[in-house]
Amino acid sequence: MKNEFQVIANLIEKDKKVLDVGCADGTLMKFLKDNKNINIRGLEISKDKVQKCIAKGLTVIEGNAEKDLIQFPDKSFDYVVLSQTLQAFLNPELVINELLRVGKKAIVTIPNFGYWKIRLHLLTKGTMPITKTLPDEWYNTPNLHMCTIKDFVHFVKSRNFKIFKSIALSNENVSSINDTNLGLKNLFADLGIFLIEK
Amino acid sequence: MNTELNLKTLIVKKPLKLDCGKTINDFPIAYETYGTLNEEKDNAILVFHALTGDQFVAGLNPITNKDGWWSYAVGPDKAIDTNKYFVICSNVIGGCLGSFGPSHKDPNTQKVFGTNFPVITINDMVNAQNNLLDHFGIEKLFSIVGGSMGGMQVLQFISNFPDKAKTVIPIACTSSHSAQNIAFNELGRQAIAADSNWNEGDYNSKDTIPNKGLAVARMAAHITYLSKKGLQEKFGRKLQEREDLKFGFDADFQIESYLRYQGSVFVDRFDANSYLYITRAMDYFDLAKQFNGNLSDAFKETKAKFFIISFTSDWLYPTQENKDIVIALNAIGADVGFVEIESDKGHDSFLLDVPDFLSALKNFLDKSYTDN
Repeated sequence: MKNEFQVIANLIEKDKKVLDVGCADGTLMKFLKDNKNINIRGLEISKDKVQKCIAKGLTVIEGNAEKDLIQFPDKSFDYVVLSQTLQAFLNPELVINELLRVGKKAIVTIPNFGYWKIRLHLLTKGTMPITKTLPDEWYNTPNLHMCTIKDFVHFVKSRNFKIFKSIALSNENVSSINDTNLGLKNLFADLGIFLIEK
Repeated sequence: MNTELNLKTLIVKKPLKLDCGKTINDFPIAYETYGTLNEEKDNAILVFHALTGDQFVAGLNPITNKDGWWSYAVGPDKAIDTNKYFVICSNVIGGCLGSFGPSHKDPNTQKVFGTNFPVITINDMVNAQNNLLDHFGIEKLFSIVGGSMGGMQVLQFISNFPDKAKTVIPIACTSSHSAQNIAFNELGRQAIAADSNWNEGDYNSKDTIPNKGLAVARMAAHITYLSKKGLQEKFGRKLQEREDLKFGFDADFQIESYLRYQGSVFVDRFDANSYLYITRAMDYFDLAKQFNGNLSDAFKETKAKFFIISFTSDWLYPTQENKDIVIALNAIGADVGFVEIESDKGHDSFLLDVPDFLSALKNFLDKSYTDN
């Protein structure tokens, strides 16, 4: 399993109720269900991936996070997870607000556009960066709103949301982000993981 | 029409108070079973049939000599695997394949009920079928499954008996019949009523059958079960055994011939009054109304695991109406999964060989069963 999922799993206590938004093939859901006795639900837009979740015995709802989160009552989950999907929404701010309404806490992970390889790619080649976490061309990428770790931290603070944990993943190495190392982590991490609350 | 057949029948002694206010007792429920009930009695699946279905889900239907109506989904190694599960299906009351219905004789008058049969509802149907659980000594079903009107019965059953099913699978259905649904049903009923053979429902005494009206009802309904794309691909403007248009009103087009055929085979197996009663039951179905307009309240007593399935090309019970059930369940934090299956086959998709649907159904059931 991806190190990212390991980090997310470590942020969640046993026996909680969790919603995985954009749960893909259910890898994280299955891990949480089997290892932490999590009462887990998934929301996924792709029919193929929904089928994969069903084949794993997972409870998944086919739907669109931008339209379908509205059906969940306030604070109906202990945690809502959004893994590397925020940048693909038309309105990421609306989705963040919905995550924090539906979940008591939200775990959001973002591919960091401030990562040095991305910066270097753009600087030296002058073309849109393609990396392991951002594998698509500019014309076929699902990503509409890329941001950096720094952007995300600024956004969360500007909305007065609480950040409980900020974690940087760099080549699968895990470290924590704080105010003093934010600039460095923004350069050397390819993924940021945040535990936030409204 | 089927008295000579040896149908498995349960005579329900317990009085059943119907929604219309009348009480029935000592009434028959005709049923069929597939597979074997295990010792723990925890592998039973109750399948509910749709408007024109019957208890013969799988195998050979002895009336039509064709495959049972859900043969794609039910049988050994199929989605609903009868090697593993004990499948029960019964003819709904109001129906015409052995269960108490308008073609039965009124014990008081010794005359066929016809339209003197009490109007029944989806609620009455499931309350009647609940007697089968006692008959088999089943406390809790592993699953309840049904498409279309079968799905409505699934919803009503779990609402009435929240502890009696572990998993709940309503397919291609709605929690309340829409104006369009009612309109199509009314068209069918009026076609029957317009047939002079119908005779206000009293055709048995005249030894006639409103074949034409019932066939037209079936033709109209059949169109609603298919999608425009499906029809276009299958028939287009193809002509029926002729080189060119005949400038008359015979079936020039294959689609005309197909519908006429569908109508003609239907009248051989279905009773016109049953068609009136069952369509009425569907039209009266409004689960939210039973709970003062709050659909969530219909499910708040149950801990069952729901799996709701719709089809992209189903315009009779479209995805949004299925999703409304999902939304009502999510509002109370119920365990609910949902998938919309891609298919060009319209509402009938649930009855046909649609691999994504059948694999989703199988995976859900088998995984839920091993999770026990």
